[in-house]
Amino acid sequence: MSTDTLDAGVRMSGAPHGPAPRRGPAAAVAVRLARITGRTASAASWLVVAVGAIAMIVPFCWMLGVAFRTSADLYADPARLLPDQWTLHGVHAVLSQLPFGRLVLNTFVFAGGTTLLLLLFDSMTAFALARLRFRGQNVLFVLILATLMVPFQVTLVPVFLTLFHLGWLNSYQGLIVPRATSALGIFLLRQAFLALPRDLDDAARIDGASNFGLYWRIILPNAKPALASLFIIQFAALWNDFLWPLVVTNDIRMQTLPAALTLFSSQSGVDHAALMAGAAISLAPLAIAFLLLQRFFVQGVATSGIR
Amino acid sequence: MSSAPIGAARHPVSSAPRRRRHLNSAYLFVAPSIILIGVFIAEPIVASGWMSLHDWTVGEATHKFVGLANYTTLFGDSRFWNALRVTVLYTAVVAVGQVVLGLGIALRLRRTTWYSALVRTAYFFPFIASLVVVGIVWKFMLDPQVGLVDAWLSDVGISPPDWLQSTSLALPTVIVVGIWKNVGFTIIVLLASLQQVPAEQYEAATLDGAGAWHRFRAVTLPALRPALLFTTLIATVTGLQLFDLVFSMTGGGPVFHTESVVMYLYQKGFVEFQLGYASAIAWVLFAIILVVSVIQLKVSRYRDVD
Repeated sequence: MSTDTLDAGVRMSGAPHGPAPRRGPAAAVAVRLARITGRTASAASWLVVAVGAIAMIVPFCWMLGVAFRTSADLYADPARLLPDQWTLHGVHAVLSQLPFGRLVLNTFVFAGGTTLLLLLFDSMTAFALARLRFRGQNVLFVLILATLMVPFQVTLVPVFLTLFHLGWLNSYQGLIVPRATSALGIFLLRQAFLALPRDLDDAARIDGASNFGLYWRIILPNAKPALASLFIIQFAALWNDFLWPLVVTNDIRMQTLPAALTLFSSQSGVDHAALMAGAAISLAPLAIAFLLLQRFFVQGVATSGIR
Repeated sequence: MSSAPIGAARHPVSSAPRRRRHLNSAYLFVAPSIILIGVFIAEPIVASGWMSLHDWTVGEATHKFVGLANYTTLFGDSRFWNALRVTVLYTAVVAVGQVVLGLGIALRLRRTTWYSALVRTAYFFPFIASLVVVGIVWKFMLDPQVGLVDAWLSDVGISPPDWLQSTSLALPTVIVVGIWKNVGFTIIVLLASLQQVPAEQYEAATLDGAGAWHRFRAVTLPALRPALLFTTLIATVTGLQLFDLVFSMTGGGPVFHTESVVMYLYQKGFVEFQLGYASAIAWVLFAIILVVSVIQLKVSRYRDVD
C-alpha cells in the first residue's frame, strides 16, 4: 500500500485527531503522534475492509467448489475451498433430480416477461403523467404514490384468491399479469421524463407527431438510460423473487428457481453438490450481467432502493 | 398521425375538438397500469381489510363476520408476539449494523483506484444474489459436517457451536448473514451520494484549519444525511418484511426462534388457509411499517431544522 493511500485514508477516514495547532514543540510532538496513530489506524481499517471484502466472496467460491466436488471429497476435508478433483457430478445430479431446464425457463419467462410488460405499461403511464394534460391527473398520481406505502404482503391473500377463482394459479399469466405494473416504476420514469426538455415535444408537434409518436419516437429513445436501469433492477428483483412465486405456484413444473431450490434444500439427505450446482446456475445470469453492467445496477439501486 | 394545422398542434387547448382527442389518448396511455393497479393492488387492499374482519377459511361456503375478533385473538397470540420480537430485533440490529458498517466502508472506498474498485465489486456482489441462494449457501457453510466455517474453526482449535440448531445462536447468526447480505446496498447508496460532495467544500474546510474529524462532521455528514435516511428507511422497511432469508436458512426454527411476522402470515394464510387471520396479521404489519417510517421521517426532519 502506498503512502499516498495512507494519507488519503487519514484524510477520508474521519479518524479523531483535531485541527493542527501551530505553536510550541509539545504541540508539534502531539501532532506527529496523532499522525502516526492516524496512519496506523488507517492501515488497520484498510485491513478490516479488505478482510470484509474477502468474506463477501468466500461463500460464493465455496459454493462453486462444492458444486464441482464429489461427496466423499467434501466429507473428507470440508476446510478446503477448491476441489481436489473436479467433477461434473453435481451438475448432472441437479439436472436429473429437478426439472432444471424447465425451472430456468420458468424463471426467464417470469422475470423477462414481467419486466418487459412493466416497462411498457409504466412508461406509458409515466409519459401521460409527465407530458400530457388530462383531468384527474394529479389525483391519479397521488393515488399511485399512496399504493407504494402499502406493503406487498397486504395484497397477497386477496390476489391469491382472485388467481384461484380465475384458475390462474400455476400459470405464467398468474405469475406475470398481477406484477406487470409498479407504482415505483411509474414514479421513477415520470421523474426521468420530466427531466427531458419541453422543446422536444414542441419540435415533435410541429412535425405533426401524435401523442403516440411523441411517446414512442421522442420520449422513449431519449430516456434510454433510465429505462435500462429500471429494466436491470426489475429483472434482477423478479429473478430473485421468492414469496410471490411460492404463493402462486406449487407445481414443480411451474415453479421458479428460488422456490424450487429452497424446497429442494430442505429435503433430508440432499445432495450437496447438486444443491450448490443449482444455486450457482441460478446465480450465474445475474452475476455475469452485474460484472458487465455494474454501472447500471449501481445507478438503478442507488435511485430506487429496489432490491 | 395527425394532420391538424400546426397552430392547433402547438396550442392544443385553443381548439375544442383537438382537445377532446388529446384527453382521450391520455386516458389510453394510463389505462393498462390503472386497470392492473385497480385489480391487483387497490381492490385487494380494501378486500384484505374486509377479510380481516371475517372468519375466512378456504373451503367453507360462508364467511362469518367477526368484527375485530381476529385482531383481539392476534394480540393474545404468543406465537405472533414471538414473531414480532424476532422481526423487530432482526430489523433493528441489521439496519444499524448495515448503515454503520456501510458508512465506514464507503468512506474508505470513495477514492477511485483499481483496488478500491475491486473491493467495491466484492461488497456489492452478495447484494445481487437472491436471499434464497444466500440462505442456502450459508446454511451449508454453517453445517457441522460439511460446513466451511466449522471446519476452519476446528482447524484453529475452536470447537464450533451448532449455529442454526441452537436456540440462543440461531437468530444472531441470521442477523449477521442479513448484515453481510445488505451492507453492499448501503455502500452503493452512500458512494453515489459522496460523489456529489464538491471538493471545494473540503478545501475550504482545510483552509479554515479543520482536521479530518471536523471535516467529516462539517462537510461529509451533512452531505450524506439524505442518503443515510434513505438507506435506513429501506433497511427498516425490508427488515420488517423478513421472509426469504429465514425461510431458506432455518425454516423459522429451532422451535420458532427465528420465525418472522411474514413467515407466520405465510403459515396462517397459505398452509393453514385461515385467510381472515392472515389478513389481520398483514394489516398489523402494515401499521407497524407505517408508524416506523413516519417516526424516522419526523426525526430526520427535526434534525434538519436543528
